[in-house]
This record gives sequence, C-alpha cells and structure tokens, in this order.
Amino acid sequence: MTLRFIAPLALLALLAACSSPKKADEASAEPVAKSESESAVAQPDASVDAVSAGMVGDASSNPVGLPPELVNRLVIYFPFDSDAISSADLDLLSQHARFLNGKAGVSLRLEGHTDERGTREYNIGLGERRAQAVRRALALQGVAESRLATVSYGEERPAMGGEGEDAFAKNRRVELVYGTN
Amino acid sequence: MIDSLRGIGRKGWWVALVLLASTSAPAQLKIDITSGVTDPIPIAVLPFDADPRPSSEVVAVDLTRSGRFSAGAANRSDYLVTGRHAVTTDGRHQIDYELTNLLTGQKLLRERMVASPQAWRNAAHRIADKIYERIIGARSSFATRIAYISVDGRPPAQRYQLIVADADGENSRVILESKQPLMSPAWSPDGEWLAYVSFETRSAAIYVQRLRTAERRRVSGRAGVNNAPAWSPDGKRLALTLSSSNGNLDVYVLELDGGALTRVTEHPSIDTEPVWSNDGSRLYFTSDRGGGPQVYRTEPRAGATATRVTFGGNYNARPRLSPDGKQLAFITRDSGGYRVAVQDLGNGSMSVLSKGSQDESPGYSPDGGTLIYAARERGQGVLATVSADGLISQRLKADRGDVRDPAWGPFLP
Repeated sequence: MTLRFIAPLALLALLAACSSPKKADEASAEPVAKSESESAVAQPDASVDAVSAGMVGDASSNPVGLPPELVNRLVIYFPFDSDAISSADLDLLSQHARFLNGKAGVSLRLEGHTDERGTREYNIGLGERRAQAVRRALALQGVAESRLATVSYGEERPAMGGEGEDAFAKNRRVELVYGTN
Repeated sequence: MIDSLRGIGRKGWWVALVLLASTSAPAQLKIDITSGVTDPIPIAVLPFDADPRPSSEVVAVDLTRSGRFSAGAANRSDYLVTGRHAVTTDGRHQIDYELTNLLTGQKLLRERMVASPQAWRNAAHRIADKIYERIIGARSSFATRIAYISVDGRPPAQRYQLIVADADGENSRVILESKQPLMSPAWSPDGEWLAYVSFETRSAAIYVQRLRTAERRRVSGRAGVNNAPAWSPDGKRLALTLSSSNGNLDVYVLELDGGALTRVTEHPSIDTEPVWSNDGSRLYFTSDRGGGPQVYRTEPRAGATATRVTFGGNYNARPRLSPDGKQLAFITRDSGGYRVAVQDLGNGSMSVLSKGSQDESPGYSPDGGTLIYAARERGQGVLATVSADGLISQRLKADRGDVRDPAWGPFLP
C-alpha cells in the first residue's frame, strides 16, 4: 500500500509546552506486542444468503402468479422525511390487497428504505415507518397481518447510487417482495 | 433465544488459508493529512540497524500522521530516534530503540520491544505511542485498531465486508463478507469481540463475533428491527434497538449471558442509537419524540425518565461519549449538511468539527484526542479523522469502493 502525504497546513502553534523532558528512564522495560494476525474469517449463513427472494422488476419469474398489471408495480415512493403514501399509490396498494385476498398461500415482505441523508441507525427507524405505513394500508384492505412482514434497510441498500435528488427520490421507497408460504 | 452459530474456528492454518483464498482482499486504505498544526515538532527517525521490516518507517509515519511532528534530518530536528531491529533464532522480532533530546543530549527513552513474527508492525506502533507520550505528555492511539464496513459494486447488487485494520489502515482483514448489508460494528470493551448488524438472512439480526477465532453468535434476531448494538462498559450487556409489532423503535438492554431483555424506553417515537456512559450508569440515545431527532439521556433500567441533552438546531443524532465522559460527539444538521459536532456536557457549548455535507458515524479514539467518522468525497465513501480541538484532519480513502461506519477499538493490553 502506498501512503501519500500532503504537507500539513499551517493553523496554530500549540505545542510550546511540550519540551520539558524528565530524567531519562534507564530501566529497559520489555513490553511484548501481542499478535493480532489470526486470519479466521466467519461466513454468513450462505444457504439463506443465496436464496433470491427479490421479484422487483423481474417479470420473467412470477411464481406467485401476479396479474400482469401488477408485475412491474412493486415499489412505493415517498417524499423527503415522510411516510405519507400518495393517493395513486393507495389505489395501487388496493389492487395488491385484492390480489392477496384472492390468493391463499402467498405472503408479502415490505422492505423499507431511505435516502442516504442523516444517520444510518436513525434511518433504519425511518425505513421501518415507511414499511409500516404500507403494511397498515394493506391491513385496512383486509389483508391478514400474518401474511405481511416488514424489514427496514434504512440507507443500506440504495436502488440507485450517487447523490442528488434523482437518486434520493429513487431510494426513498418500500419494495413489495412476494413469496410463497 | 440465543442461537449459537459456530463460525470458522481455530482449526489450524490450512482452514484459515483456504478461507483467505476464497475471500476477496479488503480494499486498501490510503491516508492524507488534510490539515495539521503550524509548528510540528521536528523529529529524526533514522532507519533501524539491520531492519528486516520497515519498522522505523512505521514509527516515522505514525508520528507525522498525528500532525504534531514532522520527520526530517537529524541536523534540523529537536529529537532523534535510533534503533536496531533483529529477528531472534526463534523468529521473534526484537526492536531496541532510543529517543534522544538533541537540544540537551538527554536520553528520554531506551527500551526493547519484542513481538511475534506477525506483530512487528504492532510493536512499531507501540514505540510511536511511547515516543508521542514522552514528548507530548498525552497518550496516542497508534497501536489500536478500527473496524469499518466496506461496500463494493453498483446498487442494487453490492457486496458488504466487515473489516478490522490497524488504526493507520494497514493490516486490514475481512471479518465477515455478505451480499446483504452489514452495519453498526461495535467493539467490546476488551477489544476481543465485535457486535454488528447483519441482514444475511434477509431480516435484521445482531451478532457478536470473537475476532481471534471467528466464533459468532446471533444474540438478537427478533421480528422487525434489530439494530444499533452498544456494549456496556463491563462487557456483559448490549444496549440495542428493537421494534414492536407496530414498528415502533425503542431502546432495550440485553444480558449477553442468559439473554434477559429489559425495555428501557417506551415512547411512540423512534428511540435508537444508544450508547453507554463510561461508568455504565447512563444511556444516551437519539429520539424524535420532540419532532426532529435529538439526543436524550436516561438510565439503563425499565421506567427511567429521559432528559433532553442537545438543543442546537433541529437534527442532532447518533451520540458517542468521549473517554473522559466530558464531551458528547454526534451528527448535527446545519445549513451545509450533516456534520460532526461536539458538545461540552458541563456547559452545554457545541461546536461543529467537520466540513462535509454527508458526515456520519463519529466516534472517539481511545485516548480521546481524535474522532473518526465517515464522509463522502466526490461521491466516494471515505473515513476521516479530526482532532478533538478541530485542528488536525486526515482522510483514509479506499483504493476502491466505499468505506463507512467506522468504530475505533479500545487500547490493547
């Protein structure tokens, strides 16, 4: 690894008081540095990690039999710092609720996301609020709570990289991920 | 409720080597000093005799990187470091070094440092710590480690690594790798374990992992949010954030031995990002119960009242306490964006230390003199440090991908 140094910028003289040396320590102490070089690496639960549960934007695989008009309409977007669902999206959620209510054995995961602004752990809370707002909207349409699960990724899994309002708007979302029970 | 997941244990070198081969190398960090003091102390660090590894270079780089020293020729320096680095017949590294005040001719330090073959770099950092303390009169944290998250690849297909490295970014190794997010690494007080959040099962769970053996244990995998672990000073408990069935986040305390769970906050707002006071008697946390997020203080027991701590501005979140307990660092939103601020807990005065637009995750070095945080620079996630007085700042950039979510480990014994 190469280290590149930029010369320190001049700011303030602080250190006038640091050259008052005490008597030399003649004793030869022998501290022993501890090895920190063990190289074991843990692995996440790969069996689960490998499962691809995502159906977003993947019209070719549609194992739950979503009607065509819903296949590519699996994301709800939100304004900045808000969990308010637009009336158009409430209509969309009604269609998803009708599908769920007419189809046994299908469950739905609601994955809440935020844009990258603000602190990571607090954003987990904001993403959860969005997922819960969608869950409530579906429950009000009669979808059984037991068929709905929420997970908040906060800002950890953006749909789109980069900064700026375009990316931020694409990232403030709840993804609807269908699965079979 | 505690699931014991056995990770890759101490099964000998072959196991470790195979795993290393199948795990991609961590991104390398490179340090830039972006500002320092005006009058760094000139010090000459001569190449150590017989140096089989560049240990004198490591010492010089540590001292320079602190911003308090400039390394140069002996005839223009106030202090001189000389030494001899030998490998003993049993393979150990033995460094004899001396620190001399060139103005008085006094020998200030004369010591021998002994290290196992893998630990020569740690020995050099310890020498730099000794020299720094002898001259400056305060501790430094060169021989400590940092943990952070590295993210590679374009969204939405990203790869996440939890990495532990020396405080200078060297010696980095991958602790855990996943296609799902990893976040919020937190050190145990003894530096032996990391707690972190992993979404590897496509839901959130908190794990603790022993660094030496990679043994890992899922300590919280309840439905909903499992987030923001923070180790108690005695190492026996974790403060953490869980959600109720309606998605409300509250702060809890989990006994690591036995799994007893205590709900600390009970409020229909987001309560999260807990951190312990150094004596374990208080928790500081973020809550938006007043509208926007602010830092509050409470006690780690059920039914305790919470007192608001931050008042400057409408967004103050993710607190961390200084090692002496006198200052609180957190993220504040001002006109320019999200920045690192510190507040004096005695008189309440607050100052903003960083200049980025998207700064995150501040934390103190164990000596308390420096804060590390995550920043964005031209679209890339980098780590940055700033001295607690705001004068000295540095960047640690990865050679690829984003790095973020830093946590500075404790002093090692």
